Amino acid sequence: MKNPEDGKINDKTENSSINASDLKTITDKIFRTNQDLASGVVKIIETLWKNIKSKKNIERIRIMNFCGTHEWTTTRYGLRSLLPEGIELIAGPGCPVCITPSYYVEVAIKLSLEGLRVYTYGDAYRLPALKEIEGVRSLAEAKTIGGDVSVVYSLLNAIKDAQQNRKKSVFFAVGFETTYPIYALAILKKILPENFTFIVSGRLTPPSAEYAISKIGKIDGVIGPGHVSSIIGGKAWSFLPEKYNIPTVISGFEPIDVLISVAEILRQIDEGDARVVIEYTRATSWDGNELAKKVIREVFDVVDAAWRGIGFIPNSGYKLKEENSKLDAFDVYGFKEPNFNEWRYDLLPGCKCGEVILGKIKPTNCPLFLTKCTPTTPYGPCMVSTEGTCSIWARFSRLR
Amino acid sequence: MNRLLEEFIFKRLPNWMKLVNGGLGIDYPDDAAAIPIGEKYLVITTDSYTVTPIFFRGGDIGKLAASGTINDVLMLGGTPIAALDSIVVEEGLEEDVFEKILNSMFDIFKVNGVSLIGGDFKVMPRGQLDKIIITTVGIGIAEQLIADKNLKPGDKIIVSGNIAEHGITIYAEQKGFLEKSDLRSDVRPLIDLMIPLFKKYKNEIHAASDPTRGGLAATLNYWASISNTAIVVEEEKVPVRDVVKNYCEVLGLDPFNLASEGVAVLGVKSEVAEKILEDVHSIGYEDAEIIGEVREKESASLVIARTSVGGYRIIEPPVGEIVPRIC
Repeated sequence: MKNPEDGKINDKTENSSINASDLKTITDKIFRTNQDLASGVVKIIETLWKNIKSKKNIERIRIMNFCGTHEWTTTRYGLRSLLPEGIELIAGPGCPVCITPSYYVEVAIKLSLEGLRVYTYGDAYRLPALKEIEGVRSLAEAKTIGGDVSVVYSLLNAIKDAQQNRKKSVFFAVGFETTYPIYALAILKKILPENFTFIVSGRLTPPSAEYAISKIGKIDGVIGPGHVSSIIGGKAWSFLPEKYNIPTVISGFEPIDVLISVAEILRQIDEGDARVVIEYTRATSWDGNELAKKVIREVFDVVDAAWRGIGFIPNSGYKLKEENSKLDAFDVYGFKEPNFNEWRYDLLPGCKCGEVILGKIKPTNCPLFLTKCTPTTPYGPCMVSTEGTCSIWARFSRLR
Repeated sequence: MNRLLEEFIFKRLPNWMKLVNGGLGIDYPDDAAAIPIGEKYLVITTDSYTVTPIFFRGGDIGKLAASGTINDVLMLGGTPIAALDSIVVEEGLEEDVFEKILNSMFDIFKVNGVSLIGGDFKVMPRGQLDKIIITTVGIGIAEQLIADKNLKPGDKIIVSGNIAEHGITIYAEQKGFLEKSDLRSDVRPLIDLMIPLFKKYKNEIHAASDPTRGGLAATLNYWASISNTAIVVEEEKVPVRDVVKNYCEVLGLDPFNLASEGVAVLGVKSEVAEKILEDVHSIGYEDAEIIGEVREKESASLVIARTSVGGYRIIEPPVGEIVPRIC
């Protein structure tokens, strides 16, 4: 770059030229280790916040995220400690493991003890059920008394393993919109081995976000889930500004992404604006992934579904369509999911995970947090998954 | 694990049984124990080694057992002189496998001048253990102990090399993710590093450990609690290779929690920290860094990291088995 004053080449630009050897780390440098950029965005946040406070005479705003990984980034990089007093980042129902009803865990344990091989993601492995099954409460414990449980990273690992051992098997399909296209595709492409079934506990995020907002009253901004939105599109969130006047930013997962998203929410508040903005443009579009949405529609129905510690939320769960019922472990092995009238509160006495999940309270407001309920001896589901709010707070963020 | 030790062992022993003649025992559990003999100390350590797979990239269970034994003696300030081994194998273990493991164990002891002065050998029926368990005793002599409880506010923390290399390699091997990466265990004895440092800085090195199980997070948390201090780490200074970072990210693991088997963590007087670092570099440990410092504790013995964007987070000691994240 030439300096307009003297026409000399600006040294700074020369120094910032990069070499091929930098290619591997440049993304990190932009999004993750860029302290100058981070403190620049924090300054913008501080200025906007000062404006808002004096203009609107408010002392506190609450910004909610709906993805466990956003909460992870926030605590892992200590973002709360960077923000000015009065801006609160709260975690919403963003952990698919925490909200998986206890009944599903109980079924998975039973099947593992009856000789089926149960495949699970690491997060759900230690998830405790409300009821004891033969003296155990989780798949991890079931394994210690002879249950056949295998921790996998993806459906493909499970398929490969099931093809080799030819056992009856069941995949504990915990997850949000992000994990469901792969199940749908595997079913449509008919690549599943014989006797392979699913415990379908998939849930949809926008209905739960709307439910959380209806329960806790007004929140001032939403950090929308980037990966979920890469499937369902930014437009799936337009009800937030349109119906509730809430500024909404679909955010990426690096610390800089989250800071920029907070700044954009403040900008909208400052200017009296409310709209959906996609910050995570590198992966998310307005319409989302049409193919992924199409295959999910072809294989699953959307039904009213139970959320652990919360209850039924309309149109918030996936269920295999009638023609795929031979893949549904519940149908094949004769389990009947509790319906709206049969549903019972499924947290242990004293556990406040339901309120934590809805963002009504912080983990530190729960009397069991780090006393009776710790990462080694989790009492409630939010302490189990590494995406669970209580687990994240226990590991990273008692600083503020 | 800590709860089990506390409940079933530490709590049940009277204090006199925890140490000998004012030495160091399980009153302040360290890498090894020590008994004063004249002006010097006899340093003793014991450990049982199990690992799956028994042959892994960068080493095997024999090399792991010998290196670990030597390193535990070193980390209390001892010069290793002798070892004993007690080996239990599963019936049916192939002889050439057994021979290979023993050879790599003997090689490490030989090169480092450690005599093997005793041992025991047993075979157990098939299915009652997973191939092989090696238990060792390590013996050394120390002129001065490096007891981790002596870490002091103001001290600097030095890490001698890239962390998490062993842990991530084993984990990736177990899960079948190793393939073409250049991951390999860092397992090695640290005698070439530690002996010259003791000679030169015997009063300036206040604490030393090898961050094996639980990784750097476990070591630093233990140091903070046993020395009643707080430790602040600059996260960006902690040496982790990019490939390890990437594997950890993909597999949902934290490099701070993963084991190293060839890295020393040192707590040293701040005035000589830079000089010690230079020496560590010149001995050949070029990736060594000063990663942080010890402070007076405020409310609790915490380990705090300043993150790459300038925020702060608490580094908790890792708990339970390593379970990866979903997304």
